[in-house]
Amino acid sequence: MVFLGGQVLPGNVGRAILGPFADQRAVDALNHSLGVDRPLLVQYGSWIWNFLHGDMGTSYVFRAPVAPFVIDALGNSMKLALVAFVLVVPIGIVGGVMAALNFNRPLDRIISLGGLSVTVLPEFVTGIILILIFGVWLRWLPIAAAWPKGAGVFTQLYYLILPSLPLFLVLFGYIARMARSGMIEALDSDYTRTAVLKGLPWRTVIWRHVLRNALLPTITVIATQTGYLIGGLVVIETLFRYQGIGSLIFTAARGKDFPMLEAGILTIGIVYAVATLIADFLYSVLNPRIRLGAEQ
Amino acid sequence: MTDKNALELKDLSVAYRVGRRNRAVLRNVNLTIKAGEAYGLVGESGCGKSTVALSVVRYLPRNGSITGGSIALDGKDVMKLDAEALRRARADSVSMVYQDPGKALNPSLRIGRQLTEIFELAGITGQAAEDKALAMLNRVRISDPASVMQRYPHQLSGGMQQRVAIAMALANDPSMLILDEPTTGLDATVEAEVLDLIGQLRRELSASILFISHNLAVVANMCDRVGVLYAGMLVEEGSTRDVFNDPRHPYTVALLRCLPRGGQRKDQGRLDTIPGFLPGIGANIVGCAFADRCALATERCRAEPPPLYELGDGRLSRCHYHDNAQSLPRATPAEIAAAQPKQTPPVLQVEGLNKTYASHGRPLRAVKDVSVSLKPGETLGLVGESGSGKTTFARLLLGLVAPDDGGSIELEGKKLAPRLASRSEDQVKAVQIVFQNPDSALNRSHSIRHILSRALKRLGGLTGKTLDTRLEELVRSVRLTDRHLAVKPRQLSGGLKQRVAIARAFAGDPRIVVCDEPTSALDVSVQAAILNLLADLQSKQDVSYIFISHDLGVVRYLSDKIAVLYLGRIMEFGPSEAVFSGPHHPYTEALLSAVPKLDRTENSRIRLDGEIPSAANPPTGCVFHTRCPRKIGAICETQEPDLTEAQPGHTIRCHIPYAELARLQKPKAVEPA
Ligand SMILES: Nc1ncnc2c1ncn2[C@@H]1O[C@H](COP(=O)(O)OP(=O)(O)OP(=O)(O)O)[C@@H](O)[C@H]1O
Ligand code: SF4
Ligand code: SF4
Ligand SMILES: [Mg+2]
Repeated sequence: MVFLGGQVLPGNVGRAILGPFADQRAVDALNHSLGVDRPLLVQYGSWIWNFLHGDMGTSYVFRAPVAPFVIDALGNSMKLALVAFVLVVPIGIVGGVMAALNFNRPLDRIISLGGLSVTVLPEFVTGIILILIFGVWLRWLPIAAAWPKGAGVFTQLYYLILPSLPLFLVLFGYIARMARSGMIEALDSDYTRTAVLKGLPWRTVIWRHVLRNALLPTITVIATQTGYLIGGLVVIETLFRYQGIGSLIFTAARGKDFPMLEAGILTIGIVYAVATLIADFLYSVLNPRIRLGAEQ
Repeated sequence: MTDKNALELKDLSVAYRVGRRNRAVLRNVNLTIKAGEAYGLVGESGCGKSTVALSVVRYLPRNGSITGGSIALDGKDVMKLDAEALRRARADSVSMVYQDPGKALNPSLRIGRQLTEIFELAGITGQAAEDKALAMLNRVRISDPASVMQRYPHQLSGGMQQRVAIAMALANDPSMLILDEPTTGLDATVEAEVLDLIGQLRRELSASILFISHNLAVVANMCDRVGVLYAGMLVEEGSTRDVFNDPRHPYTVALLRCLPRGGQRKDQGRLDTIPGFLPGIGANIVGCAFADRCALATERCRAEPPPLYELGDGRLSRCHYHDNAQSLPRATPAEIAAAQPKQTPPVLQVEGLNKTYASHGRPLRAVKDVSVSLKPGETLGLVGESGSGKTTFARLLLGLVAPDDGGSIELEGKKLAPRLASRSEDQVKAVQIVFQNPDSALNRSHSIRHILSRALKRLGGLTGKTLDTRLEELVRSVRLTDRHLAVKPRQLSGGLKQRVAIARAFAGDPRIVVCDEPTSALDVSVQAAILNLLADLQSKQDVSYIFISHDLGVVRYLSDKIAVLYLGRIMEFGPSEAVFSGPHHPYTEALLSAVPKLDRTENSRIRLDGEIPSAANPPTGCVFHTRCPRKIGAICETQEPDLTEAQPGHTIRCHIPYAELARLQKPKAVEPA
């Protein structure tokens, strides 16, 4: 899809690189050397073939192989995503569970409404607000996420907190909402009623009977949110001038550096697919109905 | 203990909050269950039965609240208990089993764990708890309890799940056991087993029982006393025998008339129905709650609410004219123009039909060598336990699965292609289906008009004006009105939805309609109306039905022919009357004796031991020999009997000769309900 978009969208590749004032012959020559004047299908086939062999193509702009750029950027993005994730998953789940246990009481209202409102705010808005508060006004955290070369883990973490916060806020709403509705469904279920009517203490009912069944769907959602997380990176990384896959794609798109753009997006696609696989795997490990197959 | 009441409800009133208003669901219910007594609570869906049960265990839905009265369990007022005392009461003295056992068990915990946790509450842990759990499973007579302990709920059949649920309920040796529709949705034989089990346990345990059901026959078999609930009010109470044989409230009279009883058949007249609907929750009731549906109602009834009249012998009736209750006129005229049997060629001729599935690399013969024929305007009833191949047979007819090579299905003399996709348009139209659950068949986001118009377009090939006229006819033929056309399925009750589903099946003027448990989810009053509708449509349009139901009374009412299936084989096939009145196959005999009956006349119920064997690994010889109470010896284990003609058109697959079967089955010539 991206590939097609890149090829069909208005804008001649050679023209885009050389600028509007270049000689038409120079443009043609460049197009030819880049191979973009070959038929589409041929281009696509050879591109996929090369990608699968680790050759992601050559950047139009840097005139260098794309792969190292992408791998580097991906590594950086993973760090950012990981920090956001490690923060948001437990906090989101706990928030959702607490909200459900206090259904329709003030705590529930606060968490649900709060979660919803931070979710609907776009990352760049929360990002800018956070920069203004923590970076400019309080001066607690660095504004740009680029840490000094050779910085240790903790320094890197320190630099990553502010950029990960907008992601955290957006995801918190989703995860808390899922956990909350999963909990409410489980609390209303017949098996919970059975557990309560057995005379089990409330704590046991929650820990043994409700939580596990309630959080199964949440896990799936968290995985699909990984895809979002990476999409959200484009904005965040640009805002915080962070050298991740998001800003790589953004720069590549602006510069019409199609090989870079395509490789970046395909990488995201792969990460997304892997995350979904992991989620499915986790789900089936936790759910005996799938783990043991439909024997009956 | 003897003079203490196990449960005592005094003026219990409960309301649900809907749209910022408290709506009354239970209105001043008074009810007493003595120690060791089994009390049945019956009434239409929505009359408040479950609400009674949930109030007793203090587990009302979030929006429910007790607005008045008191509930005493073992003499203790449960409404005054604090959280800890309530938990203790639940742990020690009251247990509850409810309808859907698949949902009542925790899907992600092993059965063993779900049982041991109950004993842990009483301080018994580790191996001792395991042993107790195992003993409990033995007690509910589950086969192979040790392996059941290790399994998850989804690995058990519905009957086994319900046994586990009962084991859990009995583990704390409660003094009060509440059973809310514990067998609804189970097969007739499984239902009978579970009821047997409850009956036996009751004798062993001396627990008092509150048994809730809309199945009057089940209650009749289980309970000492019965109460009839209507619109959240108790309208009649008395001993089971009195209430069912000599009802004193028009509502009870009407309920009992809805059931096809004593072998009643469609050509002997329509079933009676109850017109109108139960008042909604929170309805403002002046006078008698039943007045709008009662043919005996007078001015007095509408103005003056009847008290619970005491009739002596512990009998109560909330009717001003309780002496005349049984003179209630019929709501539905009995006469019916029954389809006349004709000497016509069969509409359906099935010859040597087989279907083999692959199960874990082994062949599973879901349908084996089935041959039947059916004339226009006739109904073929399919009976047999779950897993006997009824649904597979229906799917083969519909072309949803392709049969094995060799057999043939002929519709009006023409061969039907095995797959739906390769059938002609006319053939597709000719075979339609009505499911148990109308929701699965009706698109939720479309209006009824849209659903039916589409069916008429697709199946009837109609457009424009003709479509409109036909739509009107169709809607009238299933007794819906224009008012229903504009709404979406979810705004209709179960019975109305089933009418829409029937209308849709009839849109293309079908020759055969497969009805797969079409009334199993419905109240008796609604069921009667649907059965009448099916019989009317049949006599008018000469359509044939393949009718699947685990309610044998219902099957008998509607069917002209019966095929009894076991592990995919036809064990008996013949005219309905011959199959039901016998002599019949030992399996048919067992099925019939398992049916709960309203009048408790016989005690000689034949028990089918154990679960139905797996179709992937059927027993050798006669497939029924592992459970057959009449097995005659080694021949049954080694040689599969043929389907032999006992009388013209009546075939039986058994080594016992027909005359011998007749002799064996003679003494119990009791008519099944
Ligand atoms: N949480 C709820 N909020 C509002 N109305 C409810 C709620 N639960 C049940 N009702 C309504 O209260 C009435 C009584 O319900 P209840 O479940 O006690 O009936 P029932 O006799 O057990 O019916 P069934 O035979 O279908 O189980 C019904 O009209 C039902 O729709
Ligand atoms: S009181 Fe009147 S309306 Fe009510 S059941 Fe009796 S006769 Fe019918
Ligand atoms: S053949 Fe034998 S086992 Fe089979 S039904 Fe007849 S008597 Fe029973
Ligand atoms: Mg109920």
